[in-house]
Amino acid sequence: MQYLLMIYSEENGWNQMSASERQQGVAAYQAYTESLKKADVLVGANRLQQTNTATTVRLVDGKPQVLDGPFSDSKEQLAGYYLIDVPNLDAAIAWASRCPGAAHGLMEVRPVWTAPYEAPSVA
Amino acid sequence: MAAAVNADGAARSIAEAVARRSYGKLVALLAMRTRDVAAAEDALADAFAAALADWPERGCPANPEAWLMTVARRRAIDGARHRRVGDEVTNQLTILADEIDEREAGALPDRRLALLFACTHPALEAAIRTPLMLQVVLGLEAKTIASAFLMSPAAMSKRLVRAKNKIRAAGIPFSVPEREELPDRLAAVLEAVYAAYAEGWTDPLGRDTERRDLTGEALFLAHLLVELLPEEPETLGLLALMLYAQARCDSRRDAAGDYVPLSAQDPATWNAPMIDAADSLLRRASAFNAIGRFQLEAALQSAHVHRCRTHRSNWDEIVQLYDALFAIAASPVVAVNRALALAERDGPQAALDALEPYADDPRLADYQPYWAARADLLARVGATAEALGAYDLAIGLERDPSVRRFLQRKRIELSSARGWIGTS
Repeated sequence: MQYLLMIYSEENGWNQMSASERQQGVAAYQAYTESLKKADVLVGANRLQQTNTATTVRLVDGKPQVLDGPFSDSKEQLAGYYLIDVPNLDAAIAWASRCPGAAHGLMEVRPVWTAPYEAPSVA
Repeated sequence: MAAAVNADGAARSIAEAVARRSYGKLVALLAMRTRDVAAAEDALADAFAAALADWPERGCPANPEAWLMTVARRRAIDGARHRRVGDEVTNQLTILADEIDEREAGALPDRRLALLFACTHPALEAAIRTPLMLQVVLGLEAKTIASAFLMSPAAMSKRLVRAKNKIRAAGIPFSVPEREELPDRLAAVLEAVYAAYAEGWTDPLGRDTERRDLTGEALFLAHLLVELLPEEPETLGLLALMLYAQARCDSRRDAAGDYVPLSAQDPATWNAPMIDAADSLLRRASAFNAIGRFQLEAALQSAHVHRCRTHRSNWDEIVQLYDALFAIAASPVVAVNRALALAERDGPQAALDALEPYADDPRLADYQPYWAARADLLARVGATAEALGAYDLAIGLERDPSVRRFLQRKRIELSSARGWIGTS
């Protein structure tokens, strides 16, 4: 099954770090990504730019309404994600708990939607 | 006609016996690969209905469990095709069918342990784990479970459906966790079983028959766990704890239905073989040298039994056991019980001092035993006005009428002994 591991963290934390702390942070993510690749479970991953770059769009009366800022105003924001393919939720939770994001923020684990009961695609 | 009725009755009672013994086993097998508990339960319900129609006419099969499994598995495949759920599920069910057919009749593999771990998975809401386990492993109806947990049947059904849906959709595995995760995950299974027992225990007179059944169901699950995990000291500890409690179950009320506290119970009325069984389970557990919450709680019960039987004070040992319990499972409830033991060893003031840090703990604000304990301790140090106030709270919070009467009597004794008419 595919699971999206979403990293939620406080952006200020990152901004307040020293250059060497940031370097260490990046290295931890690189090592984690490497271990996902080695285990052959990584489907995709991305780090996102900070929420001051975010734009919210929705249709109001059929016209796009565009607003500056992220959808949710909460302190913890989506900072990036890993998409992994593992046998079950326990394996997904195990990978999520190893992610550096679990230490400096929190991880949300969500299974990827498949049509009800549909066979997982044979990759 | 009479023969038909008899055959019908025989079929029904065999079906019921199999349901009791094998429900969880069959659900575990049917849902193991698809993780679709609800579909497994539907297929099994169909199979039981088919059994009630078929067995009176053709006689009960030699292996009712295997018969039910064959029919249920066929229904599950039909159901999967009907819902057009894709070849994968149908294939999984067919593989399952082949795996089972290769085995000799009567040797269905027992995957209930995996099912128990799935039902108590930490990704499920904590409050639904016990109800889910009771339904999926034992086949209890949602309305029975709802009444035991003081919830409306509709609300209970909804939450059970949501939990089953999460098991399927989120990919919660049907497996026994790896060694390093086992202790935590097993603790959740044991807690769920104990919660079922505690729910049943709160109705000592068995007025609510459905709830009294819950202690029996919980004991069944605890026995099952000991059978499936005989090398885990905490499973042995849990069963020991439950047997100590069960052995004293009927002694909690006198002939008039009034509450009898432990210190006033006649040990001769306790179920001695059950206590012996608990003793030997606890000995078996301690041989593993891995102490845990349930072993300590069972050891406490054992110490109470010993004191009541021999009339020899052992409060020092009991306080030490509570200290150990508090060290691994600190909670305000443990603190209250420890304080009561302390009162017997060091006097009521020592107990009140020990409870001082919990004076404003919101977790105890509506916990009846805390207020009853406080009332008793305050009365013993002569703080009558405060004691009466605490009794009022304890009485107001108690659900069980006979315990309420007991507390009311103690309150009246206190107020008349000291010439108090009332506080307000």
